[in-house]
Amino acid sequence: MPALKKVFLKGNEAIALAAINAGCHYYFGYPITPQNEIPEYMAKHLPEVGGEFLQAESEIASINMMLGAAATGVRVMTSSSGPGISLMQEGFSYFAGNELPALVVNMSRQGPGLGGINATQGDYFQAVKGGGHGDYHLIVLVPHTGQELYDLTIKGFELAEKYRCLTLLLGDAILGQIKEPIDPWKPEQVGGDPDRDWLITGAKGRPPRLIKSLYLADGEMEKHNWRLQKKYQRMAAEDVMVETRDTDDAKLVVVAFGSMARIAKTAIVRAREQGMQVGLIRPITVFPFPGEIISMISESVPRFLVCEMNTGQMVEDVRLSVSRNATVDFYGRPGGSVPTPEEIFDRIKEAYDACRQ
Amino acid sequence: MKQVVKRPASLTDKAFHFCPGCHHGIVHRLVAEALDHFNVRESTIGVASVGCSVFLYDYFAIDVIEAPHGRASAVATGTKRVLDDRVVFTYQGDGDLAAIGTAEIIHAANRGENITVIFVNNSIYGMTGGQMAPTTLLGQRSTTSPYGRDYHRDGYPIKMTEMLAALEGPSLVARVAVDKPANVKKARKIIRQAFQMQVDNKGFSFVEVLSACPTNWGLSPQEATKRVSDEMIPYFPLGIFKQKDVVDVL
Repeated sequence: MPALKKVFLKGNEAIALAAINAGCHYYFGYPITPQNEIPEYMAKHLPEVGGEFLQAESEIASINMMLGAAATGVRVMTSSSGPGISLMQEGFSYFAGNELPALVVNMSRQGPGLGGINATQGDYFQAVKGGGHGDYHLIVLVPHTGQELYDLTIKGFELAEKYRCLTLLLGDAILGQIKEPIDPWKPEQVGGDPDRDWLITGAKGRPPRLIKSLYLADGEMEKHNWRLQKKYQRMAAEDVMVETRDTDDAKLVVVAFGSMARIAKTAIVRAREQGMQVGLIRPITVFPFPGEIISMISESVPRFLVCEMNTGQMVEDVRLSVSRNATVDFYGRPGGSVPTPEEIFDRIKEAYDACRQ
Repeated sequence: MKQVVKRPASLTDKAFHFCPGCHHGIVHRLVAEALDHFNVRESTIGVASVGCSVFLYDYFAIDVIEAPHGRASAVATGTKRVLDDRVVFTYQGDGDLAAIGTAEIIHAANRGENITVIFVNNSIYGMTGGQMAPTTLLGQRSTTSPYGRDYHRDGYPIKMTEMLAALEGPSLVARVAVDKPANVKKARKIIRQAFQMQVDNKGFSFVEVLSACPTNWGLSPQEATKRVSDEMIPYFPLGIFKQKDVVDVL
């Protein structure tokens, strides 16, 4: 992989740069805080690579413009935040049904409703459990640093093409706005194989093709849905990503993702310094969820503390994953506040003391 | 015997499933004739919309992508922005284009997207079983306006052609009907002209086609066709409402 010059960028800009370096030359979107640096970066830099930036009239139009572009086989993306993502959910469902690849970024904001622009993880359910209609999933990546935003943007396009599905990069205002040094790189392959047998390009010299999600004939819909489900099972078998730290000797394992994991890491370092045997599980994909890894670790770890910037969403998936004997504690704060490392440390200490009793 | 008319090559051999007296078959044929005329069948991408017309992919021998309800012109925008040397058209009904898809059509038109939009207006929701459309005429009964459309409650039948013609963006905006042979001939000419605009990079072209829905109007095919002439055309006048003749797309 050719390395490029180190840059100092906001998280949002790192995503945009990564997308362009991954060969994404089409962006359709609509402004919303706290992710506006992405469309702004794209508007400025896509023309330089012969690409196209288009500001749509709404998030609904953005996702559907993406649908039309994705059908031609190019790498295409959009980005938004909570309220905009809600509007796009109709399109997400069509992406799933039509089996088209693309990347969506949700630099989420506090909700419900118009909410606020600060960091939160309240969109976990929406991202992981659906939101659009039908029995479908997105691949959901949850980075926790600027570099990871860059790396996972590229990975996101690759996964979307591997499975012909939508990849959602889920971050928040902390990750979008924080400025960090980034080591950019270019993937070996920038863009999918142009000879794929489903691309809609005009039926020159071949039979016409159709991309659709309407199945009315007897049994056809079920067949299509089973095929989609097999794809989701394959994701779980092949593409779970998770970071684990110090779980071997741990008596307590903290489970956290995204910016919450970043805060938790500081608290865990402090706990270790004080002799507490505390580990970390940080999902990098929340769909597919690292349930098997959590289950395995829970065979030897009696207690888990799930920390989220919401009132308890991922904790449900952790509870479904742990072995029967493990206890799962939860600490969460809803949109409106960001916990400090000290607050997380206090919770760790509380849970740790409880598991020693 | 000399064959003077044959099935357009842009249509498949499949027989239309449309109800007796439905005009979709005629409109399909006129669009296919235009694609044949410009010899663009193999470089055309159709965007199917929600409603009776969604099945156009069974009848057109071209690449097709299906769009969500109302979003066809946004989908077409995405496709055309990538493949700007292909012909991209949408085929949308009144429920699709004039209700749920109003924002998408207005903005695609205003951007002057180099696409062609065929808007089939039969003043009712066909596939869902005859509910009121934005184009349903005043007094017209439907399953959701059982006492007749009342403007105090439901507003007036929306005139999309006149609305779009008021924008700077579009290059060709016209309304035609397929109720009688003379009007079908005019419709053929204007639909061809709409594709000509796109082939010549002249920008957004829009053709509204007034058509019948005998099943949901509760009329015989003959009565339904007569209703297009007697009731629809007086409210939705035919003609070219806007035409720019300069190359609008670089």
